[in-house]
Amino acid sequence: MAAFEYSAAVLDHYERPRNVGEATRANAHAEVRSDTHGDRLTLSLRITPDGIVEEARFRAYGCVVAIAAGSMLTEMLRGRTLAAAAGITDIDVARALGGLPATKLRCSVLAGEAIVRALEAFHTQEGVGR
Amino acid sequence: MEPVYMDHHATTPVHPQVLARMLPYFGECFGNPSSTHATGRRAAEAVEAAREAVAVAIGASATEIVFTSGATEANNLALRGLASRARAGGGHAHLVASVIEHKSILDTIADLGRDGTEVTYLQVGPDGRIDPEDVRRALRPGTCLVSIQAANSEIGVLQPLAEIAALCAAGGVPLHTDAAQAIGRIPVPVGESGAQLLSLSAHKIYGPKGIGALYVSRRVRLRAQMTGGGHERGRRSGTLNVPGIVGLGAALELAVGDMPEESARLAGLRDRLWDGIRARIPRVQLNGHPVLRLPHNLNVSFTHVGGEALLMAVRDFALSSGSACTSGSTQGSYVVRALGRGDEAAHSSLRFGLGRGNTAEQVDLLVERLGTAVERLRTISTAPEALPVGGGKGGAGGGV
Repeated sequence: MAAFEYSAAVLDHYERPRNVGEATRANAHAEVRSDTHGDRLTLSLRITPDGIVEEARFRAYGCVVAIAAGSMLTEMLRGRTLAAAAGITDIDVARALGGLPATKLRCSVLAGEAIVRALEAFHTQEGVGR
Repeated sequence: MEPVYMDHHATTPVHPQVLARMLPYFGECFGNPSSTHATGRRAAEAVEAAREAVAVAIGASATEIVFTSGATEANNLALRGLASRARAGGGHAHLVASVIEHKSILDTIADLGRDGTEVTYLQVGPDGRIDPEDVRRALRPGTCLVSIQAANSEIGVLQPLAEIAALCAAGGVPLHTDAAQAIGRIPVPVGESGAQLLSLSAHKIYGPKGIGALYVSRRVRLRAQMTGGGHERGRRSGTLNVPGIVGLGAALELAVGDMPEESARLAGLRDRLWDGIRARIPRVQLNGHPVLRLPHNLNVSFTHVGGEALLMAVRDFALSSGSACTSGSTQGSYVVRALGRGDEAAHSSLRFGLGRGNTAEQVDLLVERLGTAVERLRTISTAPEALPVGGGKGGAGGGV
């Protein structure tokens, strides 16, 4: 397959990923893993009592897109309300990255899954129904 | 700027001397070797000279060499040629092959299987080697061919062909070996104490793409797969690729000519690369037997680092990876996975194939690049041991 057909944004987030690590006093966390091809993404959030994502951090194991998507996701989440955060999908992340090669779209799916799982965990812990 | 090429298992550049020998056959010596006139005769002489060169290089007779479009076609000819003969009288055909054979073997066997050919697949040990005893146990009445590669294209492991050949001979079953990666690098036994069929390819040994050969011992009969004119003594029809054949002969002569020195030089460079990696980078693992491997091959898994991400980080070097994103399989290299250490070993693996143009300076630079890249990627990586409670496949962790 053709490799290295990446946008400038993908390369930027791969070479200079933002927000790596774990949020301080994180209250929402998820680790998602690709069933098929081994990529892993962790997402760690601190959500304020009035429902704002104050801090978002990630870790990624896998390919260039997994890293870039994790980084871009955290940038898109910071400062957002819970409702806005819940609306972010892997397509949004891919678009924000300037698009991805068709064969690599599946590598950004984890980003969409991570935000869903992290918010699930947050709501479960907070006792708030979805 | 072109990357430093270290992917010589994928292909090799055509040696300038090989190209020079080929060129006349695109120009003034353009004849069809099957023609009876002088133009054709000149081409035919070049073909037969190349055939003799190939035969000498592998230790066979010229009449036992069949030119093909490459090793993939040679593998197809060996497998289909023997299986179809076995089934021609309404009998059954049974094939034996290893699970780490090249796709041109595995996909062909799978295709034959759909038409009723039976197959036994042999597993490999954690070092990638076949146990000859497994071959012996797999032989049965109706086995028409055993196919075991001489050396693996991904992890470089060498198979015990001499022992396997002896068992096959005792069992009266021909042994085929895909030697595309081994020819010109290591000696490969053919004939009475070796394989009765052998596939080779020019573009792995500084020859042109699109040409290869199948050695077929005179004791073995096979059914042609390319029909139409009866070329190559009825074994493979089609107007001969004269420039390609001349190139194959020249490439093999060159490769075998300096094989001891060049293989020793490459093994030295490869060892320098592995020693450098081990000294610079913690938590790395070699894939495949540490000693019984091709002199120019290294295959290493870098714990917690994705192979494709690492390739991108060192993209001023042309390498390849067994990761899912680069290997053409959604689960990563089937060869690395066959070693039994889980999918992650494949997903975090890099393959290095050193060649004529590579130097110690390049190796040292690559080690440094890899070291920096792995350090950086590990700071970004998830670490299984550090997962919070509840983290896991698709799982959600609780608050920290």
